[in-house]
Amino acid sequence: MPDHDSVSGAANPSLAVYRGMKRAGINFAASVPCVNLQDLLTLLDGDPDIIHVPVTREEEGVGICAGAWMGGLCPALLMQNSGLGNSINALASLDLLYGIPLLMIISHRGGSGEPVIGQVPMGRLTVPLLDAIEVPHFAPRPSEAEKIVAGAWRAAAEQRKPVAVLLDLEFWRGI
Amino acid sequence: MKRIEAIALAAQAARAEDALLISNIGFPSRELFSVMDRPENFYMLGSMGLASSIGLGLALARPERKVMVLDGDGSVLMNLGTLATIAHHAPHNYLLVILDNCCYGSTGSQPTCTHLGTDLFALARAAGVKNVKKVDDAGHLPQAFQGGGVLVVKVEAGNAKVPIISLPPEEIIERFMRCARQAAPS
Repeated sequence: MPDHDSVSGAANPSLAVYRGMKRAGINFAASVPCVNLQDLLTLLDGDPDIIHVPVTREEEGVGICAGAWMGGLCPALLMQNSGLGNSINALASLDLLYGIPLLMIISHRGGSGEPVIGQVPMGRLTVPLLDAIEVPHFAPRPSEAEKIVAGAWRAAAEQRKPVAVLLDLEFWRGI
Repeated sequence: MKRIEAIALAAQAARAEDALLISNIGFPSRELFSVMDRPENFYMLGSMGLASSIGLGLALARPERKVMVLDGDGSVLMNLGTLATIAHHAPHNYLLVILDNCCYGSTGSQPTCTHLGTDLFALARAAGVKNVKKVDDAGHLPQAFQGGGVLVVKVEAGNAKVPIISLPPEEIIERFMRCARQAAPS
């Protein structure tokens, strides 16, 4: 892992998330991009110790990550919260049914300051949906993101279920 | 050929290669469980459409192990993007077997689009999968299970009279993972 100790989470939110993933031992990632995830995705692509599979739809990523975990890897799924809606059945009838852990790194659009009206409905529904399927979720500030991302994977592995880290528009602005 | 015959031949091929075998939800898993239950079989009980994806993640995680997936036309049509992902990311140890019976066999045999002419062999090729095969008779099947890529097998509609899988999900995954995570035999 590169030495980025001089860079604070506030100065570089993407790096803080990446460092949390590395601290957790994440070595497999599936992704559907969000504009706010682009720097993080670049970091993953540059990391020879993480297998990164861009997928066509978030639900597909849930399946791929499940297989990677059954094969012994520590998987993360990076997506926008719109993709959570595409993934509910897989999270329930694959991950929750069999007890498969997953770290979900979710760009949470549709909240305060959102310029795209189409993001607003799922923005409001994201937390209720996670609560409904009993998936724990965290919403760190950038300064605590490394620690919370690492802890989120530990919780997923211990509880054998998916866990979500929600990163809203303010997070990506370093607030 | 009946689907259960193709599944039996696939199970024999998987056993011969010590392959991990992911099986699609519904009757295909029940038929596999009835013809050859192995701890190396992962029976899907939910998440229709994701057999090929689960197998892909597994094959990437365990590149030294052959991974076979038994999927169906309806399930692949539900997750068509998987063919593009497979084309660009699947390793050599991954084989997706699509048992195409032109219908949703577990829900009353309603026709799928392959019944109307949608060609999954051509779709896999067009998605960029290099090694795509098509077999319609049992005699050529065992050889077709060798290697990786996508294999489309035309089978008859209809389900065998087989019982429900008697294993709970916890047991299916625990015994499967003990096999999937063990070191390859030298």
